[in-house]
Amino acid sequence: MKRRDFVGLTSLATGALFLPSLPGFGHTPVDPARLLEPGADVIIKKRLADAALNAAKAAGASYADVRIGRSLNQYVFTREKQVQNIVSTESYGVGIRVLVNGCWGFASTSVVTEASLAATARVAADIAKANKLVMKEPVQLAAQQGYGEVSWKTPLQQNAFEVPIKQKVDLLLAANAAALDAGASYINSALFQVNEQKYFASTDGSYIDQDIHRLWPTFSATAVDTKTGKFRSRESLSAPVGLGFEYLTPSAAEQVRGPQGTDTVGYKLRYDMLADAALAGKQAKAKLTMKSVTPGKYDLVLDPGHLGLTIHESVGHPTELDRVLGYEANFAGTSFATLEWKAKNLPYGSKAVNIVADKLQPGSVGNVGYDDEGVKTREWDLIKEGKLVNYQKIRDQAHIVGQKESDGCAYAQSWEDVQFQRMPNVSLRPGTAKMSPDEMVKGVDKGIYIAGAGSFSIDQQRFNFQFGGQLFFAIEKGKITEPLEDVAYQSNTQEFWGACAGSCDASDYRLFGTFFDGKGQPAQVSSVSHGSATTRFNGVNVINTARKV
Amino acid sequence: MAILSKDEAQALLKKVLTYSTADECEASLRGRTTGNIRYARNSVSTAGAQDSVSLAVESRFGKRSGIATCNEFDDETLRRCVQRAEEIAKLAPESPEYVPFIGPQTYLSPPSAATTLLTATTRAQAAADSMAICAAKNLTAAGFLDGGTSFVAKRNSKGLEAYQQSTNTDFSVTVRTADGRGSGYAIADVTDPAKLNAKGLTQRAADKALSSVNAKAIEPGKYTVILEPAALMDGGDLSLLGGLIFGMGAREADEGRSFLSKKGGGNRKGEKLFDDRITIYSDPMNAEVPGNAFDGDGLPTKRQTWIEQGVVKDLFYTRFWAEKSKVPATAYPNGFIMAGGTQSTAELIKSTAKGILVTRLWYIREVDPQTLLYTGLTRDGTFYIENGAIKFPIKNLRFNESPIIMLNNIEAIGRPQRLAGCLIPPLKIRDFTFTSLSDAI
Repeated sequence: MKRRDFVGLTSLATGALFLPSLPGFGHTPVDPARLLEPGADVIIKKRLADAALNAAKAAGASYADVRIGRSLNQYVFTREKQVQNIVSTESYGVGIRVLVNGCWGFASTSVVTEASLAATARVAADIAKANKLVMKEPVQLAAQQGYGEVSWKTPLQQNAFEVPIKQKVDLLLAANAAALDAGASYINSALFQVNEQKYFASTDGSYIDQDIHRLWPTFSATAVDTKTGKFRSRESLSAPVGLGFEYLTPSAAEQVRGPQGTDTVGYKLRYDMLADAALAGKQAKAKLTMKSVTPGKYDLVLDPGHLGLTIHESVGHPTELDRVLGYEANFAGTSFATLEWKAKNLPYGSKAVNIVADKLQPGSVGNVGYDDEGVKTREWDLIKEGKLVNYQKIRDQAHIVGQKESDGCAYAQSWEDVQFQRMPNVSLRPGTAKMSPDEMVKGVDKGIYIAGAGSFSIDQQRFNFQFGGQLFFAIEKGKITEPLEDVAYQSNTQEFWGACAGSCDASDYRLFGTFFDGKGQPAQVSSVSHGSATTRFNGVNVINTARKV
Repeated sequence: MAILSKDEAQALLKKVLTYSTADECEASLRGRTTGNIRYARNSVSTAGAQDSVSLAVESRFGKRSGIATCNEFDDETLRRCVQRAEEIAKLAPESPEYVPFIGPQTYLSPPSAATTLLTATTRAQAAADSMAICAAKNLTAAGFLDGGTSFVAKRNSKGLEAYQQSTNTDFSVTVRTADGRGSGYAIADVTDPAKLNAKGLTQRAADKALSSVNAKAIEPGKYTVILEPAALMDGGDLSLLGGLIFGMGAREADEGRSFLSKKGGGNRKGEKLFDDRITIYSDPMNAEVPGNAFDGDGLPTKRQTWIEQGVVKDLFYTRFWAEKSKVPATAYPNGFIMAGGTQSTAELIKSTAKGILVTRLWYIREVDPQTLLYTGLTRDGTFYIENGAIKFPIKNLRFNESPIIMLNNIEAIGRPQRLAGCLIPPLKIRDFTFTSLSDAI
């Protein structure tokens, strides 16, 4: 994640209309009722797509794909007792990618007519022909069967756009009140709602209509002690999800209590925003007087809402094949996990480390039926019993590792951007033996339990990292003893995963996620989830981050 | 269509305002014509062009506000856009932070637009030249060249009229040795693309790549460092100086949740927080880094000092917070100038007995907003200095340091250079805190 894609809630609210990096921001603001109006009929979309595909073929394309995209977004921002901003936006247009003489060309248009699409396809073909001059090797595209006319929709119970804005505002203001009542001095809260209506067609014979929904309620509560001049914040423990508004209906069955003595609650596929905000207000205030950690080696017990970000940075990114090959060398960086490194069969982690990639998990933000190259999504292993077994690939990368087909993880942030390889959900498989977080803590002699994601930083080849968190608790002789502050851990990817002592069982499995994973120049964002159960890592270096200025 | 002249833009905005039935209406136009080329592994990976103009209309009824935009400019579309803004405004809740639009202003005329333009062919040639330099030395180049012209125009029902055209070109390149054991980086941005020296920058990155092979490990700890400007400021990501300067909002400070909050309430304006030699200001008329003539609210920018000889001279006051605090609002500048001396980085090295030269810092994140403690890593060229000369390349290091502490540990300030629209000098700093080693190259 780049910070520019992960801006604070306060600046999001005030600059909402001028943030180019967030899909939807910069799009046309519309009346909220517009978000419920249906898009073009598939019969019309097929006719439009065929006009583009035929024009591309006539211009010499050996392959072409068309993405007719309509993205609808609504964002609600509040602080304390007031609404700061409500933004509803729509964006509609078409991106066309063609392969001519072994070179890619891409062009997009917001004028959605058969004539315009045909003209845009010819522009894309011209760019492909121009790129021939600098081509070194022709693109090798993995074969892909056409699926005919198919469709897919996010499995949801209630489209968030059907919920009246007043209900959403009331919920955020109630959460704000709960945090303020419990001890917070300030709170910013927000509700992000995204609907991507995507129609994909290709010369392979696929016509794929998808209706994709994502939702993210979040807040940041801050407590200030004016006398000492100290302030501390606690962020929401929610996750961005591929669900409808039902995510905001609390359910006891979807909650997981943290280890005894931690007063923390984790959430699966239902979130209790009011309860979390009340707890956040109390915890933000308590952080003002918590004990500062003594630096040293500790066994860490990491909650899934924390571990997801560590998985993202130390496994998700280094296993992206474009980074491995050097395409991101000038920006996001490369990877230690090169093809040569993989060939040495060195351990990535301990035998307890089994990491899987997918775009299938219900409720995850990566969940779609087909990717942006018309490939049916799937699940595949990245790390098996501690050994790297595979990477993340799309159609023009599969041949590099001798694979016949794509992994189905191509994505473009909008119709006007070209699709490229993006991170699917990357998740740590839970332990197979029965184990609860309480049982895990019992086995720890000197450790720290960490919940929630905090500060994060990793080098450009994904070796050395440092992570903070939201809540920290000391573990002594198998028991949670007291909350701590000023905690961050520093480690090295292989050392850290090598110290993985095992995970709790599937009953503790939860998803962490982000809307703002950034890559590419010009940069594009994408949404990704990371699942895991509470997991233990032995002997990790913990530093104290308190300073006097 | 993308770049409208002042007269064209104001004529269009004037027409838009005639459609308004609201209490207040403000219309803004933004347009750009830009192109980019990206290369990696000594081969072009993507190339594209953007050409766009958009109109934003904000209509207000009392304290209710609505915004609508469009990117077509026939009379019917313009009329509908104004209507939509008014409909949205009528549905909106009253804003407790409402301040009326401002009236006519007098603006400076920064030298922000050059006449030279890069074309697709000149961009491709620059990329080809950069790759050729590297290929000839068995090095691998990955770079990005992006630039063009943009304009912004505003007009409102209170009589405000504003227009500015700007040009900007950004170039960065990372050069790596074929075996991946050395890496170097160079970056520059210019108002006039004729001044861009992509070959010279590639050469500098190539030299750093070659001289960073066989890096030695040193013990993490406190070291004297020379931070080049790319280690201090970043156009797109958090940086040591950017985090401090862009974090000088008055509201956050007054609310008690900023490094500029005062114990007992209020903010630390007027307090000396940094070394005497630290002066940071903004000046839209600077010829090397011309700035914006007006900010998003239409407030005129001027030369303004934020930190003078180590003392916090001013904070950023939004119009709402300024009114509440009974002080003038501060126009938000788009670039900063840190005053410096005359020494080049090479001269700073010459006067260093023992220290570390840092080309670039990477993945900087805030660890503690209270103290502005940041963590991040060195990247693409880190060298050990002894007796006034670079002795050997060293492995990359993670730091945990606060710019507040850093700007109190100043040994020397070099000659400012343009970076990300700012003028930033290389800094020599003592006791900079490195906390661990990284194997990344």
